[in-house]
Amino acid sequence: MSINGQAYIVGAYEHPTRKAPDKSLAQLHAEVAFGALADAGLSKDDIDGYFCGGDAPGTGPLSLVEYMNLKVRHADSTNVGGSSYILHVNHAAQAIAAGKCNIALITLAGRPRSESQQKGAPQRVDNPVQPDFPWEQPFGMTTLNAYAMCAMRHMHQFGTTPEQLAWVKVAASHHAQHNPNAMLRDVVTVEDVANSPVIADPLRRLDCCVISDGGGAVIVTRPEIARSLKRPLVKVRGAAEAIKHLAGGDVDLTYSGGARSGALAFEEAKLTPADIKYVSVYDSFTITVIIQLEDLGFCKKGEGGRFVADGNLISGVGKLPFNTDGGGLCNNHPNHRGGMTKIIEAVRQLRGEAHPAVQVANCDLAMAHGTGGLLGTRHGSASLILERE
Amino acid sequence: MSILSNTLPHHPEVQPFWSALEEGRFLIKGCRSCGRAHWYPRAHCPFCTSADTEWREASGRGTIYSYSIMRQAKPPYAIAYVTLEEGPTMMTNIVDSDLEAIRIGKPVEIAIRRQPDGDVLPMFKLA
Ligand SMILES: [Zn+2]
Repeated sequence: MSINGQAYIVGAYEHPTRKAPDKSLAQLHAEVAFGALADAGLSKDDIDGYFCGGDAPGTGPLSLVEYMNLKVRHADSTNVGGSSYILHVNHAAQAIAAGKCNIALITLAGRPRSESQQKGAPQRVDNPVQPDFPWEQPFGMTTLNAYAMCAMRHMHQFGTTPEQLAWVKVAASHHAQHNPNAMLRDVVTVEDVANSPVIADPLRRLDCCVISDGGGAVIVTRPEIARSLKRPLVKVRGAAEAIKHLAGGDVDLTYSGGARSGALAFEEAKLTPADIKYVSVYDSFTITVIIQLEDLGFCKKGEGGRFVADGNLISGVGKLPFNTDGGGLCNNHPNHRGGMTKIIEAVRQLRGEAHPAVQVANCDLAMAHGTGGLLGTRHGSASLILERE
Repeated sequence: MSILSNTLPHHPEVQPFWSALEEGRFLIKGCRSCGRAHWYPRAHCPFCTSADTEWREASGRGTIYSYSIMRQAKPPYAIAYVTLEEGPTMMTNIVDSDLEAIRIGKPVEIAIRRQPDGDVLPMFKLA
């Protein structure tokens, strides 16, 4: 069974807050949920499916379904880190196609800034029972150096340069200047990135995403309901996921699970990377973007550095506009999870509702892709291809 | 370095590794069925699922697959993936070495080091 054409995204909402000391986590989830409902022109009681990730407080979906007083007959709390929400659209489309629910709500929220996780290298909060724990945590592994080792290897193997990494940040900053909610709105140059302090070789401060509070939600439904609503039609053309890991010691840090999930999503959509007018791609770090763009087939493996250079990701300038909201590098990264905002900006682009300065002309096909967990150890990749109908 | 104090779960599946390390021996798991060595050690071979796995004393020699130096840490430290002579690649630290001399591809050798909290860890130094 294919989900191509079986589901539509009819509601999308990004919380404008970037620091929410006076709001509870559940409250943020409810605010983004109700924002997405208003966007779709639906009411709370229309929801019969609910999807959440590891940011949801409580046991899976239970506490939030109660908090929002929903009545659902289908739920899914698959947690693969920051890409969970892209995966959830895939799962929601499958559930809808199978008749298990009609209107699915997916939420993300978090308040790491208000919880004082403001330093750039939060210790991973892994569980000592995890089988990998004693083989990684004692060596001072953090999110930063796990991604940095991917960058170091990529540079060694393919000749990728710090300047090429910096171009990813430069492009994001060009977009963020037009987003009044973005945390970092100043346009930066390759030199600015090069002059920022090294955090974990070879990554510098400006190679890293922001830490922010906030969240977002999307609503997925079946074609008949989508057509009865007043919003532009954003159809799910293809979606896929893949988990990549250290494979018993057979380690290759130069690629991600996106190599598999991307190919499967394109196959389902009956499209190729050349068809895509806009891409939202998880930008936890600059290197994350380069590796994923290669894996998704926008360029060959190893050529990502050259591909992103010279403004090629800047809307109106380059060939592949990306993260026109400013992405995680400049806009926000609620709960250290960037997947939801990747979907939302893709929906804005397809609806023609992105900021006019970054709106891609005739944007009829877009992709949202994410990596959750750690690129340098184990992660869940999720790919989603959307079409404006 | 953010070493966790005495919290490493030494459950029976991997206790022989830690016991040997205390005695200065670096063991890895290999499979009698398919022959391959793997990392991290498991009861079942992750390649062929066989339960016929055995502890093997490793040479302690390898090369750096990748690394990063945490510049903001006090003092800075090097995390790395080292590819062992026996095949598997493992996460570790490069210690007792000039951090600026660390490069991908350089040979390293095992440096078993007791941490202030008492844990003994399989680290490496430039050969
Ligand atoms: Zn085997």
